[in-house]
Amino acid sequence: MAIKTEPFLLNIGPQHPSTHGVFRMRATMDGEVIVDMEPVFGYLHRGIEKLAEERTYNGFVSLTDRLDYLSSMSNNFAYCMAVEKLAGIKVTERCEYIRVIMAELQRIASHLIAVGAFLNDCGAFMTPIVYMIREREKILDLFEMVSGQRLTYNYMRVGGLSQDIPEEFLPALDKFLEQMPRWIDEYDQLLRQNEVLLARSRGVGILPKETAINISASGPVLRASGVKWDIRKVDPYSVYDRFEFDIPTGACGDCYDRYRVRVEEMRQSLRILGQARKQLPGGEFQTPVVQPVHLPVGEVYGHIESTRGELGFYIVSDNSIAPYRCHIRAPSFLNLTALRDMVVGWKIADAILIFGSIDIVMGEIDR
Amino acid sequence: MMLESYALSSIGSALKPLPADWPGGFWWHWLVFTIIAILFVLLMVLFFTYFERRAMGRLQARLGPNRCGPFGVIQPIMDAIKALTKEDIVPYNADKVVHWLAPAVAFVPVLLVFVVVPFSNGAMLADLNVGILFVVAISSLSALGIVMAGWGSNNKYSLISAMRAVAAVVSYEIPVVLSIASVVLLAGSMSLNDIVLAQNIPFILMQPLAFLIFFIGASAEINRSPFDLLEADSEIVAGFHTEYSGMKFALFYLVEYAEALLLSVLITTLFLSGWRGPLLPPWLWFLIKVVAVFFVLVWVRTTLPRARIDQLMALAWKFLFPLSVINLVITAIEVLAWPGGVPWPMLFVNIGIMAVLIVSWSRLFKFGWGRVKVEA
Repeated sequence: MAIKTEPFLLNIGPQHPSTHGVFRMRATMDGEVIVDMEPVFGYLHRGIEKLAEERTYNGFVSLTDRLDYLSSMSNNFAYCMAVEKLAGIKVTERCEYIRVIMAELQRIASHLIAVGAFLNDCGAFMTPIVYMIREREKILDLFEMVSGQRLTYNYMRVGGLSQDIPEEFLPALDKFLEQMPRWIDEYDQLLRQNEVLLARSRGVGILPKETAINISASGPVLRASGVKWDIRKVDPYSVYDRFEFDIPTGACGDCYDRYRVRVEEMRQSLRILGQARKQLPGGEFQTPVVQPVHLPVGEVYGHIESTRGELGFYIVSDNSIAPYRCHIRAPSFLNLTALRDMVVGWKIADAILIFGSIDIVMGEIDR
Repeated sequence: MMLESYALSSIGSALKPLPADWPGGFWWHWLVFTIIAILFVLLMVLFFTYFERRAMGRLQARLGPNRCGPFGVIQPIMDAIKALTKEDIVPYNADKVVHWLAPAVAFVPVLLVFVVVPFSNGAMLADLNVGILFVVAISSLSALGIVMAGWGSNNKYSLISAMRAVAAVVSYEIPVVLSIASVVLLAGSMSLNDIVLAQNIPFILMQPLAFLIFFIGASAEINRSPFDLLEADSEIVAGFHTEYSGMKFALFYLVEYAEALLLSVLITTLFLSGWRGPLLPPWLWFLIKVVAVFFVLVWVRTTLPRARIDQLMALAWKFLFPLSVINLVITAIEVLAWPGGVPWPMLFVNIGIMAVLIVSWSRLFKFGWGRVKVEA
């Protein structure tokens, strides 16, 4: 006698320990297996794009912090770069180098959280994330030195920075650069060959190369699928063309590859940081010109390789004191579009793991 | 049956002077050891919650509880007070009776099992001649409480967790019992006290494979990490006790740690020669070994990620079950070949066999893929 079964609807989120914010998956389940999944978001919508139209160009910098709150420095960087492109401002050498240093430090800090949270989703009871937060603290200390903040830095300005780096910053940075490679090696030793982690993440949630390109994924998610695409290399901005670094790519685009790519990117960021630290020139940290209030009429798209992928600001100006329209290309939002294809057919535990490996920040998705 | 045999003996030196023909010996013995068993479970659970949080804190580069009393030692008592004074919430559509009964159904069997645990030579409430059978039979009853909690809560996460509980208990009972059987073969008795007395060499050395299977299987059965699928907080929130609060939740918490205590006690008794040891009094040896085993559990929990449900099943049926059968056969042959007791040099042979079996088995079998084909 066949037992009559029927799929049931399971609401994963918006209040759930591993949805990384207020994200909701309406999953249709056949026992443990997910047969269909519908992502629901918008719970964190604050209308940041609209708010940009009511702020001055410099006044919006502090709101970009709230987009991807794990990589505020990158957001500041991308926005300021876009506005400077529109206004035709050339920032000083020293400013460019400090911006690059901040962006790369931010990448390490953000990837630490990404990897830690991924392992936490995998069920490693808090241990990896606690260690990774310990290391992230060192970076936050550096950020606190330069901006006085530990989460929303509001450090960069159109045409420069809010202030120069203090004198204790560089020794602290040197110390960090000396310690960090050892810590990454330590994690690799503990996690890379972990049998349970391999069983859980190898071959799970494969994102094929073609799909990844079709959904215009970017960042570690795209690179894990084997596409060598990094804005820092393919469209070098700021002073990235002066540094030597590699683009780590994955083999097949499973969760394990995404985890490995993030770890390798941390190493590459350290390489960039070492070079930037050596080449850091003196001089002004801000352009000596008067800050622009009315930008020329026109539109501009400025993009950088943020920690989660291509972060772009599309700004339209009508010569008023605020942008006519400011659209934000949020990398986690576009990466998330692959979620349904990736989780269908996997079990609920895998769905959480795959979701964690995409590494989203809801602040950026809902804006 | 439970009460047919009683040997008035000692738990520590305090009770030693009591003569065996104490007036009303049976009832006196019954009273003393009932209190001892209950106190042992409750106090050890309190200690374990503190110990686990503290040890886990150190393993995770943080401090753990350190505010209530010196080194935070009264934290578990504070937690108990908090649980007692909290509001008890029953979900609107819950099956009230089942929801209410579940914590008790889960807790009572775990407490019952400690009836047959020897704290010292013969110091136990009832020296059953089928002691280990009693343990196996009664302890798996608490899965019923978990299923009731999962069903009665009217919550899908709880239900998934309850289904996982059934699957895990059914699969892991078999390798666990088979590994216990090989210990029983060596000891020649099912009484826990006799098993301890038979261990001139701790059985962890004579039966290394059975020890590993028992450790993995039993920790899967009591939902300790890396098999803590029932309360996988990153997947199904808190599993079967998602909808519990107040003292009912605390009872489930108690069950969890009482089961961990049971696992530690059983490993101590079956594999680590129980209360036996030089110099120190027996009950102290017993406690030291129990805490040491529990520390290993904490260590594993902080170290390993969680397995998936199909991997949990695959581990039971593809790896542990065949290995435990092979181990049982080998042990039976050994016991037949040396009727006067298996000689100790056999431990080298057994360790060798274990190594060969584990390596070859891991080459032969894989977990397999987890993706299910879904028609669009």
